[in-house]
Amino acid sequence: MRHDFLDRYSRLNSPIHRLPTTVKLLSTLCIISATVTVHFTQVWFFILVAGGLLILSALTTIPWRFVFGRLMVLEPFALGIAVMALFQENGVFVFLSILTKSTLCLFTVILLSNTTPFAEILLSLKRFGVPKLLITILALMYRYLFVLIDEAERLNRARSSRTFSSSPFRKWNTMASLIGQLFVRSTERAERIYAAMSARGWR
Amino acid sequence: MHIPDGFLDAKTAIATGLFSITGLGAALRRAGRHVQPRKIPLIGLAAAFIFVAQMLNFPVASGTSGHLLGATLAAVLLGPSAAIIVMSSVLIVQALIFADRGILALGANIFNMAIVAPLCGFGIYKILRTFFRGEQGRLAAVGFASWCATVIASVFCAGELAWSGTALWGTAFPAMAGVHMLTGLGEATITMLVIAAISKTRPELLEDNDQAVSINGRSTAFVYVALIVIGLLLLVAPHTSPLPDGLEKVASSLGFEHKAIEEPILPSPIKDYQVPGIQSAGTATIVAGVIGAIAVFALSFLFARVLARRHKSAVHPSSPANRQ
Repeated sequence: MRHDFLDRYSRLNSPIHRLPTTVKLLSTLCIISATVTVHFTQVWFFILVAGGLLILSALTTIPWRFVFGRLMVLEPFALGIAVMALFQENGVFVFLSILTKSTLCLFTVILLSNTTPFAEILLSLKRFGVPKLLITILALMYRYLFVLIDEAERLNRARSSRTFSSSPFRKWNTMASLIGQLFVRSTERAERIYAAMSARGWR
Repeated sequence: MHIPDGFLDAKTAIATGLFSITGLGAALRRAGRHVQPRKIPLIGLAAAFIFVAQMLNFPVASGTSGHLLGATLAAVLLGPSAAIIVMSSVLIVQALIFADRGILALGANIFNMAIVAPLCGFGIYKILRTFFRGEQGRLAAVGFASWCATVIASVFCAGELAWSGTALWGTAFPAMAGVHMLTGLGEATITMLVIAAISKTRPELLEDNDQAVSINGRSTAFVYVALIVIGLLLLVAPHTSPLPDGLEKVASSLGFEHKAIEEPILPSPIKDYQVPGIQSAGTATIVAGVIGAIAVFALSFLFARVLARRHKSAVHPSSPANRQ
């Protein structure tokens, strides 16, 4: 099964995709820190960043529809917290400031995650000195994420083909036992993975 | 509860980032030294498991749905150090792949949801377990601990927003704590149901000594407690004492007054009743929190009783071991 909603366009071939991962990671970090720290009265800076990101996004050849779709999906979360900023003096200014900043940062990360495969990001994080154990765990997690999503979908399909009532309590109960079952299967799979890893000389 | 980029200023992002690096570093060091190699894949799989569990939607009234956070679930199933690693991995992958939650705010998010929540959940669970034994005691402890962990993490989140100047403590604290006192009910119910389901099928996975990274190391435990205390002193305590509140008022009257005059076209719609509401809303939230905690404590005992009774009647006749 394909789960390309995760990082669908990270394996395209464009000038941005071909850039070294380290360069992309560092420039993402720079753009985000600058966007967060520059005061909102400096409007020209934010227009510049937005323009730059739009040009980059055009260079990546990722469909606009996808990029803006992701933004629209993620924006409500930011909006929910931003509303709290309104309840203070000068609230509208703060509200607009954090909303602009968070939208630009979101845009930047969407571009990063859709131009760089996760394995590449992990490799350059390793080069930056992130502990090896964390890298191993992140790599394992990313590898088996897809497997577990499949597993959960199979469990859910089995459940829905056998359940005819839709009482909310029953739904919660079956969903919870589905999660429990998923954990049990994860532990069993972890045992098998360890055996397979040892057989291939891990540690 | 997740904070996107742009909501925290530099000092809050750096401070919470340092907290997270310290906490995650201590957990990784403990895991690297004391966990058997055969448990390492389990931590990776558990991270994938929590990620997937967070994607499953639970229907709530009128078409909305909620999902699990899983911090207390991870802590009860795997032990605190492994839970910190698992929850941090989930947040890191969500930030880097989904662009969900920010990159610079990652430190704050890890601190709230991957350090404070599992540690508080685990601490409360352990304390209650010494008093209440048996299946009912376990489920009740799990329920109450996950409610408390959710609410406490949201209070830290409000503290970070207030420290950054994004929202006033008087708004952020009642809003965040209030919302999470409600969502915490869902979190507690789901966590109890999941633990009940696991104890029905594979009770040996819940043996208290079988956790992946048990917290026997005194130095690691010390780091964890110190982190939470420092976090409380830095993020929450300043807002609850009267002195910095006075300072804040002075700052706002000095710093923002002229800007408020500059922009009379866009007056904040809530301006009229914000000032008298601040103090009383904070106090009301604390009172509601205490009453809520007592109510949730009682409720989780009642619910645990129902679940434990069902567990007893379900295990004997139809357990797979008996059938074979």
